[in-house]
Amino acid sequence: MSPFMTRVRFVLGEVWQGISRSITLTIALIATFAISLSLLGVSLLVGSQVNEMKDYWFDKVEISIFLCTSGSDTATCTNGPATEAQKSQIRTDLEAMQPLVAEIFFESQQDAYNRFIERFKSSPISANVTPDQLPESFRIKLSNPEEFITVVNKFTSRPGIEAVRDQRATLSKLFSVLGGLQALALGFGLAMLVVTSLLVNTIRVTAYARRREIGIMRLVGASKMALRLPFLLEAVFGALVRWDYRDWDIKFH
Amino acid sequence: MIKFENVTMAYRKDGNPALNDVTFEIADGEFVFLVGQSGAGKSTILRLLIREETAKNGTVLIDDINIGMLPQKEVPKLRRNIGMVFQDFRLLPEKTVAENVAFALQVLSKSPDEIKQTVPAVLDLVGLLDKANRRPEQLSGGEQQRVAIARALVNRPAILMADEPTGNLDPDTSVEIMRLLDQINKAGTTVIMATHDAGIVDQMRKRVIEITGGTIIRDQARGVYGYS
Repeated sequence: MSPFMTRVRFVLGEVWQGISRSITLTIALIATFAISLSLLGVSLLVGSQVNEMKDYWFDKVEISIFLCTSGSDTATCTNGPATEAQKSQIRTDLEAMQPLVAEIFFESQQDAYNRFIERFKSSPISANVTPDQLPESFRIKLSNPEEFITVVNKFTSRPGIEAVRDQRATLSKLFSVLGGLQALALGFGLAMLVVTSLLVNTIRVTAYARRREIGIMRLVGASKMALRLPFLLEAVFGALVRWDYRDWDIKFH
Repeated sequence: MIKFENVTMAYRKDGNPALNDVTFEIADGEFVFLVGQSGAGKSTILRLLIREETAKNGTVLIDDINIGMLPQKEVPKLRRNIGMVFQDFRLLPEKTVAENVAFALQVLSKSPDEIKQTVPAVLDLVGLLDKANRRPEQLSGGEQQRVAIARALVNRPAILMADEPTGNLDPDTSVEIMRLLDQINKAGTTVIMATHDAGIVDQMRKRVIEITGGTIIRDQARGVYGYS
């Protein structure tokens, strides 16, 4: 065997030994990458999900009063869409409830349609929706949100009104979901912590083993190249594996 | 021939030199004890010889080559010509006895044929041929030190340096190690051994260089450890 091949075999042997010795380190590094990428993905998902849930009225009103459309089938809508008289009566009644009712917005079917299209513009559902399918609505802001029940009681089961929705119910659901997601992120964070401590410990152990090995190599007169090559190649291998994993992770998630 | 000429070495901040104007010679094939308390400067002399340290003043010569002036790329060659043995053996625990010895040849890219021939020969010399496939943790302290000596000898160095080689061994085992070092010395290798094991020094009756506080206070052929 030529001296060159001898050297190649020896160096490769050392590389393999280094990798197999630090197998936990390699695994821990991959796990850290996987977890941090997952965390990133989760936080992005939470962000877009929250945006999705907050429609146009979210920050502005507490109560929405949806009026009957031609397609409504609740008991209060048996006489077809809400009439102009019913609408003006609702508006008068709402105005009479000031100062509890702080602000009143009226959303026409065309307004509702425009917002719907805006929100679901990337979804195929938007192609099947027409303005007349969407209800007209009064959106109401209260001076004291705690008293929403007064308003709800006054308008529920009135002819021409399909539904009275309390926005706060949605809100509390949202908060519980956000709380859950937060706990999830915290769990991930703790896992990261454990993995990192494992990592640091493993690195310390390998560094110790290396130091001894390098010490002996120096002692017996190994050249600088012979000293560095195995560790250099090992580092390159580790970096390639991690890069490859990240590539895979992006492709499939 | 090893020659120290007015060597001063100060790597401590407190101002006390590790070596202070040290001059001596060691002829080829000699057996020399460096004795003195811990921190007296014994190890510093050994470290200067393998260029782990460089003298602040004075010259360190091996075969008329100034070790302090050696270019960095020549340092590995210097170390190949000096075998080194330590108190803590410094074996690789995941390698067998034979692999530990072969390691010293492999890092120098020696051929497999040469390794196959040399390793058993040197293991036979230290009396461990039958334990070639054991791991260090399966050996006694004395046996581990024999492996370390085998590794130090496998490149056939002209000089063997031992820094407290019996420091971790019981007296009987120490005597066996000394017998081995003596045998190696008789085969022509210069042996320099730093120690504070008085019993061994007294028994061997070899040249003794005593150092205190970085200064040579005694250099005696066929000496004993000291007066205390």
